[in-house]
Amino acid sequence: MAAGPAPSGGRARAQRLHLSKMERVVLSMQDPDQGVRMRSQRLLITVVPHAVTGGDVVEWLIQKFCISQEEALHLGTLLVQHGYIYPLRDPGILVLRQDETPYRFQTPYFWTSTLWPAAELDYAIYLAKKNMRKQGSLLDHEKERYDQLHKRINHAWDLVLMQAREQLRAAKQRRKGDRLVIACQEQTFWLVNRPPPGSPNVLEQGPELSCCAASPVQMTKSSDFYKQEIECCRKALGRARVKSSVCLEAYLQFSVQHRLHDPMLSGCLPGNPWITDSAAYWAVNSPTAAAPTKLRVERWAFSFQELLEDPVGRAHFMDFLRKEFSAENLSFWEACEELRYGGQAQVPALVDAVYQQFLAPGAAHWVNIDSRTMERTLEGLRQPHRYVLDDAQLHIYMLMKKDSYPRFLKSDLYKGLLAEAGIPLETKRRVFPFPRKPWHASPSPALLPPSGEPMVAGGPDGGDSVA
Amino acid sequence: MCDQTFLVNVFGSCDKCFKQRALRPVFKKSQQLSYCSTCAEIMATDGLHENETLASLKSEAESLKGKLEEERAKLHDVELHQVAERVEALGQFVMKTRRTLKGHGNKVLCMDWCKDKRRIVSSSQDGKVIVWDSFTTNKEHAVTMPCTWVMACAYAPSGCAIACGGLDNKCSVYPLTFDKNENMAAKKKSVAMHTNYLSACSFTNSDMQILTASGDGTCALWDVESGQLLQSFHGHGADVLCLDLAPSETGNTFVSGGCDKKAMVWDMRSGQCVQAFETHESDINSVRYYPSGDAFASGSDDATCRLYDLRADREVAIYSKESIIFGASSVDFSLSGRLLFAGYNDYTINVWDVLKGARVSILFGHENRVSTLRVSPDGTAFCSGSWDHTLRVWA
Repeated sequence: MAAGPAPSGGRARAQRLHLSKMERVVLSMQDPDQGVRMRSQRLLITVVPHAVTGGDVVEWLIQKFCISQEEALHLGTLLVQHGYIYPLRDPGILVLRQDETPYRFQTPYFWTSTLWPAAELDYAIYLAKKNMRKQGSLLDHEKERYDQLHKRINHAWDLVLMQAREQLRAAKQRRKGDRLVIACQEQTFWLVNRPPPGSPNVLEQGPELSCCAASPVQMTKSSDFYKQEIECCRKALGRARVKSSVCLEAYLQFSVQHRLHDPMLSGCLPGNPWITDSAAYWAVNSPTAAAPTKLRVERWAFSFQELLEDPVGRAHFMDFLRKEFSAENLSFWEACEELRYGGQAQVPALVDAVYQQFLAPGAAHWVNIDSRTMERTLEGLRQPHRYVLDDAQLHIYMLMKKDSYPRFLKSDLYKGLLAEAGIPLETKRRVFPFPRKPWHASPSPALLPPSGEPMVAGGPDGGDSVA
Repeated sequence: MCDQTFLVNVFGSCDKCFKQRALRPVFKKSQQLSYCSTCAEIMATDGLHENETLASLKSEAESLKGKLEEERAKLHDVELHQVAERVEALGQFVMKTRRTLKGHGNKVLCMDWCKDKRRIVSSSQDGKVIVWDSFTTNKEHAVTMPCTWVMACAYAPSGCAIACGGLDNKCSVYPLTFDKNENMAAKKKSVAMHTNYLSACSFTNSDMQILTASGDGTCALWDVESGQLLQSFHGHGADVLCLDLAPSETGNTFVSGGCDKKAMVWDMRSGQCVQAFETHESDINSVRYYPSGDAFASGSDDATCRLYDLRADREVAIYSKESIIFGASSVDFSLSGRLLFAGYNDYTINVWDVLKGARVSILFGHENRVSTLRVSPDGTAFCSGSWDHTLRVWA
């Protein structure tokens, strides 16, 4: 669990940002006018100056940052856990108590961010001092570590003991109050750098990551790197931008439109499964549900993309297209998607299949693409790759979006679905003392057979009905 | 394409000078060659014209970036919170932990939802990857990876496989099987190979393609079946930490964020960087698209989350508070995009009103830093994973 010398390199430096911010907070706490109220604290017969109470610290945080008491206590606790504030009584536990418990600010010498290597030798000296000062005062885990260190740096043990004795002797020259304070400061430092088992190690930053080049400059920036940046900037400068007012307006519209569909904002019927412990909501909205809810059908009118993303919506759209004799458009689009996201090995076969079915003259499901796109596509088919049908796919997608989709929304088919669609009944809230509803398991998707046609049957299980 | 050099011990004939030397693999315009160290050195300053030095190129890049910022500012005629004055404020917001998933013996680093809205996969520091039915809190599958610090995991769209990787520099795909006689690790497929740790991975619209981000500064698109590299994305100046695929209808872009403080939007087909944003003050730990696909949010070690609009081509909002000191490790939007959930290294989760820019709520509960956070596919809940070994589902 050795903290060791702080890792150098960009990533480690970045992670120290929160430490410097904590220091700023702690410094402003010590401001004589705006800071926390300082007082002298009497501990038995010793008087320690410049102490603050836990309660005052929390109050100050509440005032300064306009936050709740819970948050202030949490932030204060983090400051203590990182060793910036230490308790004068019970210095073995780094916890912030919101009462008259006295605390003091850690001296910058011991600040975590100083990157002072908390080396084994120093720790050994500290433990030796503790042991010498009062026999049997080492805690179990400290005794263990002391013994381990003894084995590991046995060759330097004389130095350790000598240093410990010297430091103790020098300490005796000081006033009792100062001695107490220095002891607390040191103890806090070691609590942070060598946390006892069970308490969180706040210095832990993540895996020992070797950056690309183990130097502060992350990567060898060759001339090509800068040229690429310059190229990227030039392209960006030439790009057409949209006014902020237009873009931001779009967020408003999107939020308002989707507000009722957002379970976290508007709840959901029959009830949020995580709150009511009933999976009825998922059953009612399953990808194969025969009777989609009103909200679901409404969503298909938000955008063409939403309609296609819902398997039930897409199936109904396909029915509509069949009536209009343009079902091959959707089939073609689906086949193109399969090509784009399919396995690399299947690309030639899929391209060929699509050509035979949709593009060849006299094909069974010939799609009507404009001549220029068709020419380009046929040209590209000579060397098939997964993106060769992109132009044609986009053309057909836009055709459906601008033409068939608006007609679908105005059609009797869609209006009928909207009228038929119901709103599920809300599940009655359970009232104590009834026991918690058992959480029903569901079959894992990994168990289901590979999907072909979506199953049309299947009512919801759990029994909650649609109004 | 960015040129990079890596160290490998291979001896042979240099592709440039043909002498028998110790070779390194070198990428020139996305083609891999083997150069000896002398030729590699020459290549670094290759392509410089007369009067050009690395320093002059760097300053040209800087000045262009400055001009770009000016151009972007010209069309910025209103702030988000001004527009948002017309929207009603959110009411009292109460979210609680509804499920606690205990079972990992070490820090939880990453998680992902299954499309069935209740199953999740999570990975941890000790190499364990677990698939849970989080509704019942039952563990359904568990796999132990041969490496520690599994920082990335993803659920396949079909729900039949998972992908994960970390310090092993690889991304492996495991088909999920309920066959008691079969060891899941037996069917493992090694798909991606990077030269540094894997930081993020995601399936595209099918089980057959995976997008990965790595500490070697690149992102890459792979064919799962063959392990073939389909496209690589060079441009980040440092480790790439996160990525997210765009929910757009023509589905061809994704955004990545890295240690170089940049968020970059890429075209999957050509491998080119389409847009780049550099306003964060520290590493970007997480990026997530707004549900409409017109914007994305990022969370960073500088303790802020920011919203970037793709059509306006600029940052449009900053979510920060003086009392929030620790970095944001992961962000995600609610279904309507009105709420932004962000997990922080100070063990809390802050909920932001995306439009008004104010913090709506702060959630306590985790006992160590929150490392990962995802909203469920139907928006009914979100799940957070933490270094305190647990995952929590909130609703």
